[in-house]
This record gives sequence, structure tokens and C-alpha cells, in this order.
Amino acid sequence: MNSRSLMPRQLSQRAAFALLILATIVVVGSVLYIILQIVTSGASAISIEFLTQPPSQAGKAGGILPAIVGTLYLMIGTLIFALPVGVLAAVYLTEYARENWLTRTINLAIMNLAGVPSIVYGLFGLGIFVLAMKFGMSLLSASLTLACQALAITITASREAILAVPREHREGSLAIGATRWQTTRHVVLPQALPGIITGAVLAMSRAAGETAPILVVGAAFLLPGLPQSPFDQFMALPYHLYTVAAHVPGMPKTTMWGVALVLLVVVLFFNVLATVIRLRARRRRYG
Amino acid sequence: MNTNQDSSDVKTAGIDKPKLRTEAVNLYYGGFQALRDITLDVPQLAITAVIGPSGCGKSSFLRLFNRMNDLIPGARVEGQVELEGISIYENSIDVVELRKRVGMVFQKPNPFPMSVFDNVAFGPRRHGKRHRSELEGIVETSLRQAALWDEVRDKLHQSALALSGGQQQRLCIARVLAVEPEVILMDEPCSALDPVATLKIEDLMRSLTESYTIVIVTHNMQQAARVSDMAAFLMMEDDRAGALVEYGPTSQLFTNPKDKRTEDYITGRFG
Repeated sequence: MNSRSLMPRQLSQRAAFALLILATIVVVGSVLYIILQIVTSGASAISIEFLTQPPSQAGKAGGILPAIVGTLYLMIGTLIFALPVGVLAAVYLTEYARENWLTRTINLAIMNLAGVPSIVYGLFGLGIFVLAMKFGMSLLSASLTLACQALAITITASREAILAVPREHREGSLAIGATRWQTTRHVVLPQALPGIITGAVLAMSRAAGETAPILVVGAAFLLPGLPQSPFDQFMALPYHLYTVAAHVPGMPKTTMWGVALVLLVVVLFFNVLATVIRLRARRRRYG
Repeated sequence: MNTNQDSSDVKTAGIDKPKLRTEAVNLYYGGFQALRDITLDVPQLAITAVIGPSGCGKSSFLRLFNRMNDLIPGARVEGQVELEGISIYENSIDVVELRKRVGMVFQKPNPFPMSVFDNVAFGPRRHGKRHRSELEGIVETSLRQAALWDEVRDKLHQSALALSGGQQQRLCIARVLAVEPEVILMDEPCSALDPVATLKIEDLMRSLTESYTIVIVTHNMQQAARVSDMAAFLMMEDDRAGALVEYGPTSQLFTNPKDKRTEDYITGRFG
């Protein structure tokens, strides 16, 4: 054994490991720091009143219930519109469309959808849903706008999940006389479901955190009550956070951290929920 | 072909009234020709083996009969492929209906990630059978036919993926049987299995010939010799298109091949 040639290799191995560990620490560390900062600074703002009362004195007192409920409505609205369209589009692109210039163009367009700045979606929603379709500044317009933005994620995630289903399973189904749709419905989609759900929840989390697009299509600064119909205006956590932080002088810092903490918890809750659903689906199938 | 002459040889009797038939078939994948001028009659209620070196188009040939090649973009078929005298590449043919009559078992066991029961009931359910008791009957019958019932009767509702490779392949056969096809195409069904599992599948195939016509692709010549009644030997020509070299009763093809190339192949001189 030649020990002289081994030494530099061991050294570079160690160096590479050190770099990898450092990179991991930077990523995990900054996430933990942000969460820790928000939790320690905002925890004291959380109270039953904070979570169940509407704001008063321009948000300086009272609670943030309308913003919490508005954000939940937005997430659900986004899911209702983005999930079916996203899944159907992904099914069409993977199972039905033949590879040609049209599908290549569509795929390229979907990739670019994800890169469009979010305020552009807002203006698009303002033009199409608020004005042209006359939905007004409303929960409906905002949900549709966020759904458009979420399509890039739901289509891409659904398509990846569908493509991951082995070709052998499709052939096995087709070979016993199942139609293409039956194969999609009973073999492909059930297996792709965990991946599709993951994409949908990612999209919902993004929708919960968006500020710019909803700014122009229906988010309100302050509302005394909850939206009663899809055509009402609404409050949302990120927009509320932005306004109280930027436009309300003398705003207690703790309240701002409190809003951030609630937003964080809402998003994390849905992420955990999706993970649980995914794990249970997997266990049921392979257990 | 349509003369109905008496024949005393039971095993080749079906050749007078072939179950499947190809006539002057060419298969293309885009610009590449995969099969050239193949004419062959498959007798009913018998096992016909297709042998030949890798890449000679055996699987492509098998997939002619249930139009599985349709799934490949650019695939094109010339010539006649018939099921009981009816050309199956006509526009009027319902491919779904065809595949109910001509089932297929694949090289790699491909059970769906669902329970044993749901796997077998998959086909009948897709074809409109919904009643639990009826499905239970079909599942049991199919699993018995596939010689798997005794091994899985207590785990019908467990995942099919927990079964061994050989059991999975028999499950896939049961899944095909549940649709009550007339023909079963098998594409190297034992190539992923151990010798014991392979023998079980071969026994099963023999018992199935009572009610089914079987066409099997195999690169295992001993297997072809053991199980088949008829054997076809395919080989690549210079442009890599597969062509039929020799076709006849298995005993004759293996003991007294007419073509030098067949003899070279079965004696292991190449391939």
C-alpha cells in the first residue's frame, strides 16, 4: 500500500466532509434561528383574545381573528381551484398528449409560470377577475389569482408524481382491457396521490404567505368581521403583518412578532398535516 | 388454411383453425424496421413458444397480438394480424375489447400496489362487475387456476407487494385469468424468477392449456422445449429486423431443425 498517495486523498475527503457539514449547519441553523426568534419574541403576544377577537385601534389592540380566518379561506380557495386544474393538466400532459412542439411549448410555459413575479399575478388577477369578470375586490378574486400562481407548482408536482408511477403498472392495467382513463384513475392517480398532495400543500403554504398578489385583488387593511361570502373582502396574515409593520406608527413589536408566529404556525401545521397524510397513504399501500 | 381436414395429431390439430395468425407482417418503430415479413399460425389450446437471441424482436412480435405496440409513438404495422380470422388492426376494432380477449403477463411481475384481492378483482371491476359476492367468486376461482389460492387465502387483504417474486407472477397470471381471456401472451414470464418458481409457472401453463391458448416468449431454450407444443425461431437480419427462421412442432424444431441457423442456435453455437 502506498501511504503517500493515500494521505492527500484522506485529507481532501475530510475537507469535503467538513464543507458539507458546514453547509448543512448554515441552512438548518438559519431556519432554526428564524423560528426561535419568532417564537421567543412573539409568544407573549399570543392569548385567547389575540386569536379570537377582531383588531381594534388599527391593529394595536384586540386580536387577529379575521386575518387568520381570511388566510385559511385563501388557502382553501386556492386549493379548490388549483388542485383539480393542476392534476387534470398534469394527467393530460403525461398520459394523453403526444410529445410534439405544442406540448413542449406548454411545458416550457409552465416552467416559466413559476418565474413570474408575484405582483404580476396580482395585476393579472385585477384585470381578469376583479374587473373583466366583475368578481370585484373579493376572496374569490384573490383565490383565483393565487390559484393561477399555484398552478406552476401543482402541475409540476403532479406531473413528477405521475411520471414516477412505473410504466409496468400502466401496461399491466391496459393489458387486461382497462381503458386509458380507468388506468389513470385506478392505477396511476392512487400511486401518484402522495406526491400530488405534497405539491398541493406546498402551493397552499405559498398562498398563505403571499402578500403582493392579494394586495390589489381584495385584501383589506382592517375589517371588523369575517367575510360572509366569496364576494366579500378579507384580511390575511401576511398583508396584516405588512400593514401593521409599515403603516401603523407606535405598533407594539410583540404584536408584530405574534402575527408572524401565527402565520408560521398555520403554514407549519399544513405541512405537517400533508406529511402525515402522505405517510399514512404509503403505509396503507405497502404495509 | 381454411380446409377443415381431419388430423389425428391432437397437439397440432389447432393449426387447421388457428387462434392467432400473422401474415406478411412488418413492424416499424419510426424509420427502424423491427419485424420483417412474418407469417405464422398459432394453434388454439396449445402453447406456442417464440425463441431467439436478444433483440430479435420476440417481445415486439408478441405485442402484435394485443396491440401493445400501439403505446409506442411511431409504431406502425403492415400486413395482417388476425384473431380467429378477424383482422385486429382494422379501425373498427375496439382495442379494449381485444385486450380482454388477449391478456398479457409481463417479464417483471407487476402487481399493483394494492391488496391481493384488489389485484385480481381489478379487471372484473373495470369491466363493470361490482357485486362483492360475485367478485369473491371470481377472485377465488382465478387464484385457484393460478395455483396460488392455498398460499394466499389468508392474506387476500394484505399488500400484493409482500408476496415473493414467484407468487407475484402467479398473481399477475390470476389477474389476467379473472378477465376470462381466450389467449394469454407471456413475455419471458420466468426470467426474474428462481428455478423452483419457474417450474411452478411451467406446470401452471400446462394446466392452463385446457382452456387457454398461450404464446410465450422465452430466451430459455430448455423452457421452450419443456412446455411448448409449437416453437418459432426468430433471428435478426443484417439490418437488425427480426425475421422468422423456422416454425414447427417443438419436438421437431429441437430434434430435427430444418434450418442450419436454428440448429446453431439450439446447440448453443451463438446467442
